[in-house]
Amino acid sequence: MFELLGITPQGLVAQLLVGLINGSFYAILSLGLAIIFGLLNIINFSHGAQYTMGAFVAWIGLTQVGQWFGFPEFSINYWFALILVPLVMAGFGLILERTMLKRLYHLDHLYGLLLTFGLALIIEGMFRHWYGISGESYPAPELLQGVIPLESIGIILPKYRLWVVVASLVVCFSTWYVIERTKLGSYLRAGTENPKLLQAFGINVPLMISLAYAYGVGLAGFAGVLAAPIFQVNPLMGSNLIIVVFAVVVIGGMGSIMGSILTGLALGLIEGLTKVFYPEASGVVIFVIMAIVLLIRPAGLFGREK
Amino acid sequence: MKLKQITACLVAATFFGSNPAFSQTTKVSGDVVKIGVLTDLSSIYSDLAGPGAVIAAKMAIADFSKDGTVIGKKIELVSADHQNKADIAANKAREWYDKDGVDAIVELVSTNVALAVMEVAEQKNKITLVSGAGSVTITNEKCTPNNVHWAYDTYALSNGTGKAVVKQGKKNWYFITADYAFGAALEKDATAVVTANGGKVLGTSKHPFPNSDFSSYLLKAQASGADVVALANAGQDTINSVKQASEFGINKKQTVVPLLMFISDVHSLGLNAAQGMYLTEGFYWDKDDKTRAFSKRFILQHKRMPTMVQAGVYSSVLAYLNAVKKAGTDDTQAVMKVLKSANIDDGLFKGKIRADGKFEHDMYLLEVKKPSESTSPWDYYNVRAVIPAAEATQPLSLSKCKLVTNK
Repeated sequence: MFELLGITPQGLVAQLLVGLINGSFYAILSLGLAIIFGLLNIINFSHGAQYTMGAFVAWIGLTQVGQWFGFPEFSINYWFALILVPLVMAGFGLILERTMLKRLYHLDHLYGLLLTFGLALIIEGMFRHWYGISGESYPAPELLQGVIPLESIGIILPKYRLWVVVASLVVCFSTWYVIERTKLGSYLRAGTENPKLLQAFGINVPLMISLAYAYGVGLAGFAGVLAAPIFQVNPLMGSNLIIVVFAVVVIGGMGSIMGSILTGLALGLIEGLTKVFYPEASGVVIFVIMAIVLLIRPAGLFGREK
Repeated sequence: MKLKQITACLVAATFFGSNPAFSQTTKVSGDVVKIGVLTDLSSIYSDLAGPGAVIAAKMAIADFSKDGTVIGKKIELVSADHQNKADIAANKAREWYDKDGVDAIVELVSTNVALAVMEVAEQKNKITLVSGAGSVTITNEKCTPNNVHWAYDTYALSNGTGKAVVKQGKKNWYFITADYAFGAALEKDATAVVTANGGKVLGTSKHPFPNSDFSSYLLKAQASGADVVALANAGQDTINSVKQASEFGINKKQTVVPLLMFISDVHSLGLNAAQGMYLTEGFYWDKDDKTRAFSKRFILQHKRMPTMVQAGVYSSVLAYLNAVKKAGTDDTQAVMKVLKSANIDDGLFKGKIRADGKFEHDMYLLEVKKPSESTSPWDYYNVRAVIPAAEATQPLSLSKCKLVTNK
């Protein structure tokens, strides 16, 4: 039967794994978007640019920082970047939220969208100006270089890609756990339902919201570091991805944490399969699904109608 | 008194008459020779053309004359960003030709842009000198009498790399092709070369343009068992395909062949991922003393070595100005006549312009060096073969260009 479809069972498994890897990028990015939308009601259009920025900050840490300060030998390697870059990006997010986004909460969603879209263009433009359009190369850490040759079943997988799946699943599900299963998470959820009431209980809601935005941006930065060794670190990497990620969020249900994780993974798989059986459609399949889901369940698969 | 005045007039007349710079002043439109660099200044092709192309054009003008004049008239340069959109490019071209007195437009990266501007130029009887765009269509079906295609085309790319790789005994090919006109054209040209030389195409995957993840296509290419994984795409798509092919270890068992790749792409990929690949270019900065001398001046201004496109812009602007000088006018037909009759050799490119507007010159088959072989920055290629002009250009007998078939 597989031969009829022009692919071997092993080939199919390999393709599904590859799809899962893309899915984990979708999941981690759409999770950030879902948290920000759920808690701040801001459609964070600069999420893609923040992902790009994460990749660039990692690259700068690896190749440039030492030179800037006159120590060419010094560099921030991948493992440190994995922790440091999300923190830097969260700090950047905190500043954005405090200085700009905060002023928009009482306005329509549209204002937040326009502001963050503008920010995305500025960030992208700056990197384009400084580093050109073809981008820079970021090598995978030595430990994760090479492939796992399961040639007996005909599968070759780069070690690094498997690591990406593991790392993003861990981050996604621990985020879900914190939000859905802990006290802190229950405050966060209560804050979105009824901020005034929560404030009356003596909880610092504005601080909580700022931290939530910072965390979302940190997630984008984390995804950027994960992506750097796979893709070329270039100014357009975020804008290429962000539209798909928005579709994922819409399909999963705006603001739904579990929805964004599961739909991210599932759509990665579906897209991967499309690339095998009808590659020409792989660019649009997610949007076709989005259109169908919106017709049947306007609030998304995991969303709640208001 | 009268005699004196008459003598003065006669002397003046002889003087002006005998000096070509003065006798031809009336033959320059708008009293200035104006060149427009219409390029991608901000988007996906801005590294391989873009600001570097503008610098190359400026260098050509400076090298042509110290005081920035030709036949006694000032040379002016303007530049604009076409954003890779044919409508924006055509509007700008119209504005330049009609209002601003631009005589020739150079560069024009991406085929749809080049074709749109060539059409405007033909209507307005002005000149286009294309260096960035690559489709063979430019001098074939859509050729115009006012255009020269300077640096390279898909025919040269396929015949250069394609033929060389098949001749190495790598006969079974798999294509990963960008799903738009340029990708299809490149795949078609390369397929023709592969089959003509005894090779076979085992399959092809078309990917959306632009695309970032190529792993599915690469896995399919790997499963096909082909000797060669050919990339019929460009720019960022090629860079990501090559990078991911090396990630999957595909470049170890199969040969990855990027049909179009510029030195700027290799630079940003790094030699680790790019090593061992074959590619075809019309210019390499480290080829000989002349190209090195030019490139070292260029890098001082641009911080990057010139690509084939940027070198093409330099060469085309220089040739244009020489033609204006020789024709003694900037009149389109007169200049085109000189251009098409002269032998061009500026140290970067050497050859002749044919009736269909193709600048026929040698191309080079290059192999990307291993990191250990590269001894200095930008030391990226070994020149493996020179592809003679006659082989790198579609024979006129196959041409569908109206200028050739009408003859």
